[in-house]
Amino acid sequence: MAQAPVLPRGFELPLKQRLPRIGAIDQVAVEGRAADLAKRSIKKDAKVWALELAIRCCDLTTLEGQDTPGKVAALCSKAIRPDPSDPNVPSVAAICVYPNLIPTAKERLAGSGVKVASVATAFPSGQSPLDVKIRDVEDAVAMGADEIDMVIDRGAFLSGRYAKVFDEIVKVKEACGGAHLKVILEVSELGTYDNVRRASLLAMAAGGDFIKTSTGKLPGAATLPVQLVMLEAIRDVHEETGRKVGMKPAGGIRTAKNAIQYLVQVHETLGPDWLTPDLYRLGASSLVNDILMQLRKEKTGAYQSKDYFTND
Amino acid sequence: MTDLEKRSDRSPVPADWTYAPAPESTDIVRLQERYGLYVGGEWLDTKEHFATIAPRDESPLAEVAQASGADVQNAVAAAREAFGSWSKLPGSERAKYLFRIARILAERSREFAVLESLNGGKPIKESRDVDLPLAAAHFFYYAGWADKLEYAFPNRSPKPLGVAGQIIPWNFPLLMLAWKIAPALAAGNTVVLKPAETTPLTALLFCDVVRQAELPPGVVNIVTGDGSTGAALVESEVDKIAFTGSTDVGKAIQRRLAGSGKKVTLELGGKAANIVFDDCALDQAVEGIVNGIYFNQGHVCCAGSRLFVQESIYEPVVEKLKKRMTTLRVGDPLDKNTDVGAINSRMQLEKIEELVAAGKEEGAEIYQPPCRLPEKGYWFAPTVFTNVAQSYRIAQEEIFGPVLSVLTFRTPDEAVEKANNTPYGLSAGVWTEKGSRILWMAERLRAGVVWANTFNRFDPTSPFGGYKESGFGREGGLHGMEPYLDFE
Repeated sequence: MAQAPVLPRGFELPLKQRLPRIGAIDQVAVEGRAADLAKRSIKKDAKVWALELAIRCCDLTTLEGQDTPGKVAALCSKAIRPDPSDPNVPSVAAICVYPNLIPTAKERLAGSGVKVASVATAFPSGQSPLDVKIRDVEDAVAMGADEIDMVIDRGAFLSGRYAKVFDEIVKVKEACGGAHLKVILEVSELGTYDNVRRASLLAMAAGGDFIKTSTGKLPGAATLPVQLVMLEAIRDVHEETGRKVGMKPAGGIRTAKNAIQYLVQVHETLGPDWLTPDLYRLGASSLVNDILMQLRKEKTGAYQSKDYFTND
Repeated sequence: MTDLEKRSDRSPVPADWTYAPAPESTDIVRLQERYGLYVGGEWLDTKEHFATIAPRDESPLAEVAQASGADVQNAVAAAREAFGSWSKLPGSERAKYLFRIARILAERSREFAVLESLNGGKPIKESRDVDLPLAAAHFFYYAGWADKLEYAFPNRSPKPLGVAGQIIPWNFPLLMLAWKIAPALAAGNTVVLKPAETTPLTALLFCDVVRQAELPPGVVNIVTGDGSTGAALVESEVDKIAFTGSTDVGKAIQRRLAGSGKKVTLELGGKAANIVFDDCALDQAVEGIVNGIYFNQGHVCCAGSRLFVQESIYEPVVEKLKKRMTTLRVGDPLDKNTDVGAINSRMQLEKIEELVAAGKEEGAEIYQPPCRLPEKGYWFAPTVFTNVAQSYRIAQEEIFGPVLSVLTFRTPDEAVEKANNTPYGLSAGVWTEKGSRILWMAERLRAGVVWANTFNRFDPTSPFGGYKESGFGREGGLHGMEPYLDFE
């Protein structure tokens, strides 16, 4: 049996009155609250502000078996300058690729400020021995990844071996060195909001810089109530320890309207401090073009056909 | 040229995200300058009128008739005349009219929602997402019973009573109208309804729906006016009075009707306990506390105005609650992003102010989030009082405003004892992840509705009503049909 490790500072038994350590989530109520927040009406300047923020927070992603240096190079150009006809549209936060494509991305993005994120740890299943996962991370970092998106071992989590999940995250974090660590919970495999909260707290306690919903490889990835549960966990950790952990929903966010709903939730749950690419990312592949279309509509008053936006 | 060279410098990004105004347009509502009384399918003018206003800026919206005693008698006579043929219609025919009304309400819901927010001050998101869908749902629901009364009350030969006099409050004007009219009509009665003095407009617009649905004249009659009109209705030759409003007026009605043979149901005040155990889903409980008291500015008879928190989680609950209150958006009821709208009337605002002053004087600690209230109109910031004792007025009296009193308890027994220690008994809330505790509490709480892990949730199929000074009789569900029927 794995020994439960000593929890880092801020996670000891509480001395003063505070929240139940893990706590529970009420499904009906959390879905209700998420649905309410999704009805916020964001217009005009506020909409443009949100759309530009969504771009700045975007992790432009390609995670396919068919990825090539050519494909990644094209995506990098898009990342630096999403709308070639409008230089005011900001760059995205990062490119997210498989480890083999890090060097290409690194080269194309040099000097641009756009980060290179790489998935690692036997992505997407996480079902490999720990030393393989660690090696995966070390290689990615050595090739120049600024950020590592790891997956947790859902098999271990669902069978109650939380200590194993915790230990792995701790070791991966060590292997990351200076690279930022995003911990993917793969929420659609966790089954309940209670598990999402539990896994979120576990990932943060183990040292994750970000918690991330999904690999994007499964249907039913990020949803608004799932993000809300994770944001509330982040808020609790911040209130108890002062530490600010980032949030990254990924998978299934395809429209500008949907992206704004995610941002509204962050704004009204964690506050404006989190509305920055340092603490918030949107993992997406096709979202950017819809945002560009909406931005141009806000600026020109008319929608343009998809042919006016580049597919990369 | 490389991508980098093509990229221009970013424009500076403003630090704060301020939502731009998102007002719902009022163009869809066309108001008349002056309204009469809707009696026997006709508009009748009266001698006296009074102005009805928009509480968000005190601007006048229309002139409304002040019905005299004679006007009320007229309306009751019209309802009496219509009763004969209406009560003899087959239930399936009555149902057709009710279904039609439900559909028209759903179709015209935006128009009604805007008018409800304009005249009452409640946020458009609430009138749009709660009041209107529920009002239509009540008509749909009771339409379904109209031809099934024999099955609903087997071997009891249900018969309509005759003319029902109905007096409704200003907090959910159209919804309360639906709660009253739908079961009455489904049972085969005709009605004379008096909307509240400050919020008559959706009831008057409803007359247009009645016409559109081609309801026979006299089945629904609407008389507007102040308290004297209501009193005249109570005195008149009706067979039943259904009243929703304050406990004081309810008592007066009951005294007046004692021995008269008229049936009566009363849905009165409340001082609901919202009880939070330390094993609750905390963030959702905080959401429920907010919804329990700040929904509709706290103008809710079943509002969770007394919050009981288990002492072991008192601090985090209060901290989270205060933080959540800072994100409540108080302002123009017609803005789609408004969470808390305007107080319904000056009179109500003064009552809230008086009780809040009393709370401060008695020694409770007040917290209000920073929010800029509009200069015109009637406004009160969301308020929470901590350090409240059971004996304080703010813990005893119904405030009917966005004011919450926080008290603590240590054990489930103590929670029950304190929660029941009130003259009221309309509703209660229990927050715990433990199913057995929910049932244990529900058995012991003296309240007509006990919500578990939710609050202020309504459904036409679910009976609603109170214990003790919160009144008697039930509205909603099959129980809501019974007060409109006679049995052999």
